Amino acid sequence: MKIDRRCFLSLGIGGAAGIALSPLPWKLADDSAIWTQMWPWTPVPADGEVTYVKSACTLCPGGCGISVRKVGNRAVKIEGIEGHPVNDGGICPLGLSGLQLLYGPTRVKSPLKRTGERGEGKWEKISWEEAITEVSKKLGDLRGKGESDSVACISGSDKGTVPALFKRFMSVFGSPNFMRMPSIQDSYEIANNVSMGFIAQSGFDLEKADFVLSFGSGLIEGWGSPVRMIRANSSWRKAGVKVVQVEPRLSNTAAKSDKWIPVNPGTEYALALGLAHVIIRESLYRKDFVQAGALGFIRFRDLILSSYSPESVEKITGVKKETIESLAADFAKSERPIAICGRGQGKAQSSLGELLAVQALNALAGNIGREGGVFAVNDPAYIAWPAYQADETAAAGIKKERIDGAGSVKYGFAKSLTNRFAGAVNSGAPVSLLFVLESNPLYSLPDTKAVKDAFKKIPFIVSFSSFMDDTALNSDIILPNHVYLERYEDVPATAGLSKPVVSLARPVVSPQFNTKHAGDVIILIAKEMGSPVADAFPWDDYQACLEGTAGDKWKILNEEGFSSDPAFTAQVVNTFPGKFDISGGIPDFTILFASVSHEGDPKAYPLFLMPYDSFRIASGYIGDPPFVIKTVEDTVLKGKDILVEINPATAKANGLSAGSYATLKTPKGSARVKINLFEGIMPGLVAMPRGLGHTAYDNYLAGKGINVNELIGTVEDPASGLDAAWGIRANLIKA
Amino acid sequence: MSKPDDKTTGISADTDSTEAEVSSAGGIAKGQGDEVGGFVILFFIIGFVASLIIGWVVFPKLLYSQKTQPIDFNHALHLEAVSDGCESCHIFRDDGTFAGVPGNAQCSDCHQEVQGDSPEEKKFVEEYVAKEREVPWLIYSKQPDCVFFSHAAHVKKAKMECVTCHGPIGESTSLKVYEENRLTGYSRDIWGKNIAGVKRETWDRMKMDDCAECHEKAAGKKSSVQTDKEACFVCHK
Repeated sequence: MKIDRRCFLSLGIGGAAGIALSPLPWKLADDSAIWTQMWPWTPVPADGEVTYVKSACTLCPGGCGISVRKVGNRAVKIEGIEGHPVNDGGICPLGLSGLQLLYGPTRVKSPLKRTGERGEGKWEKISWEEAITEVSKKLGDLRGKGESDSVACISGSDKGTVPALFKRFMSVFGSPNFMRMPSIQDSYEIANNVSMGFIAQSGFDLEKADFVLSFGSGLIEGWGSPVRMIRANSSWRKAGVKVVQVEPRLSNTAAKSDKWIPVNPGTEYALALGLAHVIIRESLYRKDFVQAGALGFIRFRDLILSSYSPESVEKITGVKKETIESLAADFAKSERPIAICGRGQGKAQSSLGELLAVQALNALAGNIGREGGVFAVNDPAYIAWPAYQADETAAAGIKKERIDGAGSVKYGFAKSLTNRFAGAVNSGAPVSLLFVLESNPLYSLPDTKAVKDAFKKIPFIVSFSSFMDDTALNSDIILPNHVYLERYEDVPATAGLSKPVVSLARPVVSPQFNTKHAGDVIILIAKEMGSPVADAFPWDDYQACLEGTAGDKWKILNEEGFSSDPAFTAQVVNTFPGKFDISGGIPDFTILFASVSHEGDPKAYPLFLMPYDSFRIASGYIGDPPFVIKTVEDTVLKGKDILVEINPATAKANGLSAGSYATLKTPKGSARVKINLFEGIMPGLVAMPRGLGHTAYDNYLAGKGINVNELIGTVEDPASGLDAAWGIRANLIKA
Repeated sequence: MSKPDDKTTGISADTDSTEAEVSSAGGIAKGQGDEVGGFVILFFIIGFVASLIIGWVVFPKLLYSQKTQPIDFNHALHLEAVSDGCESCHIFRDDGTFAGVPGNAQCSDCHQEVQGDSPEEKKFVEEYVAKEREVPWLIYSKQPDCVFFSHAAHVKKAKMECVTCHGPIGESTSLKVYEENRLTGYSRDIWGKNIAGVKRETWDRMKMDDCAECHEKAAGKKSSVQTDKEACFVCHK
């Protein structure tokens, strides 16, 4: 009797045979397949009754109407509203990902008070009562000391009731310093002010244009109202409308246009004037319109004819004179041509000279205030609150000069010049308390170091942010706002629409955390401060204020989700005939039409760095949610490395190759970057995307790439105070 | 074999030494082989039978955990009381979607107060309706999220009977034990009670092949070249 190795082998074989003849392997294989396809930790939306809530997107100034699908009390998908005048059912990648902002990990979940050093991220949770009392007390002390004008507010927008409440608070409190984040809107407003005599936005009837001349505007990359622009672009394709893109870099817009004209960056104004030269010389302009602004026209004509011949413009812009001649003829001979500007998404300002040169083309084509043309659009008219009683402090305070200088003798045409804020604070303008509303200035303003220095000089910073963004992280107290899917708010579409629309954001879900509507918070702060500030806020809460403001339109806003009634939204101003001064009434043309002079030694910095905008990178107050950051190409962001675009010729001259690392140096700072070779960028330029390099938000976004604002600065336009910088001198050194 | 041992010498004493060597060599192999070969077969049988028992009896017991429903619902009793069959409670919503298991909102139409003397009903009213908690029913027919299934298409359009897929659950007076697959989290009813996957009635299993079987009959053809079944995207959208 002996049990040996063979017996055990036999046992194993018998076991295997038995298992094979049992359902075990087949069943396990099937279950494993189901298990791997349905990881139990993958979130699956609950099953249940589906409802839709109509609301409005506030993630950019586009003003799209959205319809949010809900299952039970959970929002599961954001779609565009069919028939909405802005987006008609369409939605952009950022809007689509809004739920990640609502449910994501980057929310501020309750009022927070800083306990550690600024930016250290040490916070103490406090109650809303404590938070409001603390802020009110600080404000009261400043007011008592007669320093009310040292309080400032930086807001993402100045349209709609919430910014209006903050603005009203500032005024009755006694401070002129309500600022909004800089954008091309500032430039358009000033241009309208100088050429027509009043501050207005510009609206573009792009759908009806038959020739589109864009000076660097990212027509399909987020300029204006992004979804509307994508649709307009499709309609141009169908109708055979010619699109010409003037830009130093082959952007997606340039690639999709009928003609791409690479131009020396910052000389777009000269190209526009060169085109004007040809149009005037060949007498191709609309006399009836142009002669109405006769005086301005004669001055303008004389300058253009003497100084901006195609030959001289070729020298400035690098665009061949034949191209200028033919483009001018194509533009002027079209039925409804339109010229627009605002680089990329229009996140940065442009110089007044560039605006006036481009607007001059529209004026010469006679398409100001005409179908298919450019319209002056007033601010929304529906916010008409009763006047308040200003006491002595308030009256004295609001008469003081603004920190950013807007409205002063020197910068008389401007309403807001937030681009000058950091510089002014750093050179001694006193700011004791700063409100930050729906904006991320510490990240978004150019010259991050200067902005950080300015913030260090401000003793108390109050953030109203819903998210732990870069500015909130560096504030002293956070009073978190509901996100847009949790709150009521009027949303005027402000981005270049010729027919203004006001939509209503409505709570899709109840607030997820211990947050409060910023409108309610400012009313509570005002009430805590007592008379006379409190008296200017007669509303019980924000809801009462909004309903009262909307008046008889409240019902329509709730039912339809929007109103496009001009009597309610905003008056489009009739500028024709005779109101448009083509020269802008600026006495000195030499400061108006001039190339930007850049700081830095050309020998040490032989290249130029220019920021560019991508449809896949949100670069405003809202950073890219996880879904969107996933869509960023490997040629833009690889792991945590940012890639800059340079021409192969530039690479060769600097000893760089594709994928190699380099140190990008500018007078403002330096950064380690990776090289992406791109034939579509002019030699001598380095292009870097806006919107990366956050230090805050969640792990999906923070620490990825470089914030281009850390490397660029501002260059003040002498004619307007606007930021005229399109880039900065730079150098690339092989790392 | 040049030096045979004592045992072999004894057996073949009168034979030629060469033959003896040969035959005795065969004898050694045969004698030991009988004993060891028996063990080999025995072990094979042990392994075979044990694994069959494991595969057919132990494995299903291990794979599925036994759960009881929070309330023991009596379908038969309710079916007598309603006028519209299954759809009285398992309703289609206004937008055409199927509500599945009714929620408290529907049940409390009748069960706001305790109606009879059933302890289960009392539990339901007191624990769930009064406390405004939904009953965490365990759903026997729950399918993975990757499957799109429209009740409206099957019941309203194709006029199928509920019984075809769900069986005669309406006649039951008590809810059976919910056997949850520990690996996938789904009910045993999807694979079918029979662990071998043998199916006698249409409602015995709810796997993809069972859907495909009927779809194939209805469509009259196999429409997907790749899978030999009806096109994937009908259900996997």
